Amino acid sequence: MITLENIHRYFQVGEQTVHALNNISLTISNGDYVSVMGPSGSGKSTLLNIIALLDQPSSGRYLLNNQDVTQRSDDELARIRRENIGFVFQFFHLIPRLTAAENIEMPMILAGIAAKEREQRVVQALAGVNLLDRADHRPDQLSGGQLQRVAIARAMIMHPEVLLADEPTGNLDSKSGADIIALLEELNRQGVTLMIITHDQTVGNRAQRKVRIVDGQLK
Amino acid sequence: MLFKDTLTQALAALNSQRLRTVLIILAMSIGVASVNVLTALGESARHYIVHEFESLGTHLVIILPGRTETTGGPPPLFGETPRDLTLEDAEALFRSPHIAAIAPLTIGSAPVSSLGLERETNIFGSTHALRRVRHLSMAQGSFLPNTEVNKAMPVCVIGQTIRQQLFAGKPALGQWLRVNDRRFRVIGVLASEGQSIGVDFDEMVIIPVTQAQALFNTQSLFRILVETYSKEAMDKAVDEIKSIIKERHEGEDDITIITQDSVVGTFDKILTALTLSVSGIAAISLAVAGILVMNVMLVSVTQRTAEIGLLKALGATRGQLHRLFLTEAAFLSLAGAILGLALGQLSIILIQAIYPNFPLKLPGWALISSVTVALLTGLIFGLLPAGRAAKLNPVAALTKR
Repeated sequence: MITLENIHRYFQVGEQTVHALNNISLTISNGDYVSVMGPSGSGKSTLLNIIALLDQPSSGRYLLNNQDVTQRSDDELARIRRENIGFVFQFFHLIPRLTAAENIEMPMILAGIAAKEREQRVVQALAGVNLLDRADHRPDQLSGGQLQRVAIARAMIMHPEVLLADEPTGNLDSKSGADIIALLEELNRQGVTLMIITHDQTVGNRAQRKVRIVDGQLK
Repeated sequence: MLFKDTLTQALAALNSQRLRTVLIILAMSIGVASVNVLTALGESARHYIVHEFESLGTHLVIILPGRTETTGGPPPLFGETPRDLTLEDAEALFRSPHIAAIAPLTIGSAPVSSLGLERETNIFGSTHALRRVRHLSMAQGSFLPNTEVNKAMPVCVIGQTIRQQLFAGKPALGQWLRVNDRRFRVIGVLASEGQSIGVDFDEMVIIPVTQAQALFNTQSLFRILVETYSKEAMDKAVDEIKSIIKERHEGEDDITIITQDSVVGTFDKILTALTLSVSGIAAISLAVAGILVMNVMLVSVTQRTAEIGLLKALGATRGQLHRLFLTEAAFLSLAGAILGLALGQLSIILIQAIYPNFPLKLPGWALISSVTVALLTGLIFGLLPAGRAAKLNPVAALTKR
């Protein structure tokens, strides 16, 4: 469960200070399906980064499952992130020199899980996204839709409670995009809290809860 | 992150940039190899020369005429003092109970001929004691006879090269040699000694000292060689020699005394300094290789910004990223060090094959220290890039397209 209280985020851009997030308060319950929509520059990605623990708010509180995760050290945030949050990006962000299977197992390597267990779980994950036959392919040998499926498998490999997606269909054609949304919604049905940032209305409108953000404020 | 995985990931990262990896390893190996080879050369030279002296195994004391006033200066090669060392000085030294043998020495160069063949040759003038003092051995005949100094006979002892050049295929003993306008009968041929403290006895003709003094028209001695009874006696003998000669030379302390120890000690110091400075220069190349490692790794971190940002997003701690990059640096230096060792050994074997008479050996401590230094260099120069990677902001890294 995600609770944001009076979150502000300021950025120093040259000589100017940008007020990216302005007094955001938001509660997301377990199993929710939320979409965050807004024009370009509205602060959608900043909001996602704060929820994902990739960025710290300038002020305010962030409670993750009733634990205060504001103002923690980098290493603590890394661990909490690894265990609780999975994310999917618009540009996939897979490591080009690793195969699909090696990309998926990376969070487990970082968590210090032994090789045998990793192997089993990777096979399961690949099966879950229908990519068992592409396990040894490198990213430059996979299509956009396949890449995003690998990214989703990687995001879910540690069984996080929350899945965050930043414009997951932004780089895909409509057919692949629909497949990905279907996959994400299936995961939500299995109990994963799903939050999708998008500027695509058709995608955003599918969510059970729609949040709109303009100029750093929720509308 | 499990240790095995750190190793695997680091290796995979190096493997994906093969050319760069190979070039760095090559640079490091050249550094290690050159340090090894130069240290081996220097150490072997030092060992060889020190050993040469010590193998003389004598308690040899060398007295030279003349003395430099300032301390620490080298003794003059040719006496600059007006006061000569004379045969009487040499005889007086017998008063010391610690001296076992005294060989006065004069040198000169003259044309030597026999049966129509002639060559310019180095002539030594000495007594029978020279054989003992310089550990000479005879191949044929006998050395200079043990007579009183002023009852010199017209005899000579020749070296192997002289024998081959003037008496090739014929017996040398009993033949007459002409030196300048005097004749000497060959009574002995030296065994081949090779070089010994800069003197090639193979090229030498040895005649009695008074004959040499007459031949070269001089009363002064080039050196007096003294052998003491033991190493312990040497210090006492040196003091006694100093006081005897001083007495005879009107209270002037105008001789220089060189003992085997002092020579060995000086050479030891010089060659150690030489080895250190030469190895130091080679070590510079190692440092350069280290800087190269740092440079390339910094570039690597910049190029892999997206990957590092992603790893951080996936939950890599600063420590894990530190370890990853340091492991890469360690691998590079280790591989470079091992290759450098191999290259160094190969070069040493090659040089030994070209110069078989010069025993080459790489001391164990040099081997270990060069590998250690290479490893440390790699790790130290990998610290900065590793730190950069660890401190990367994942958001900034990920939003870079």
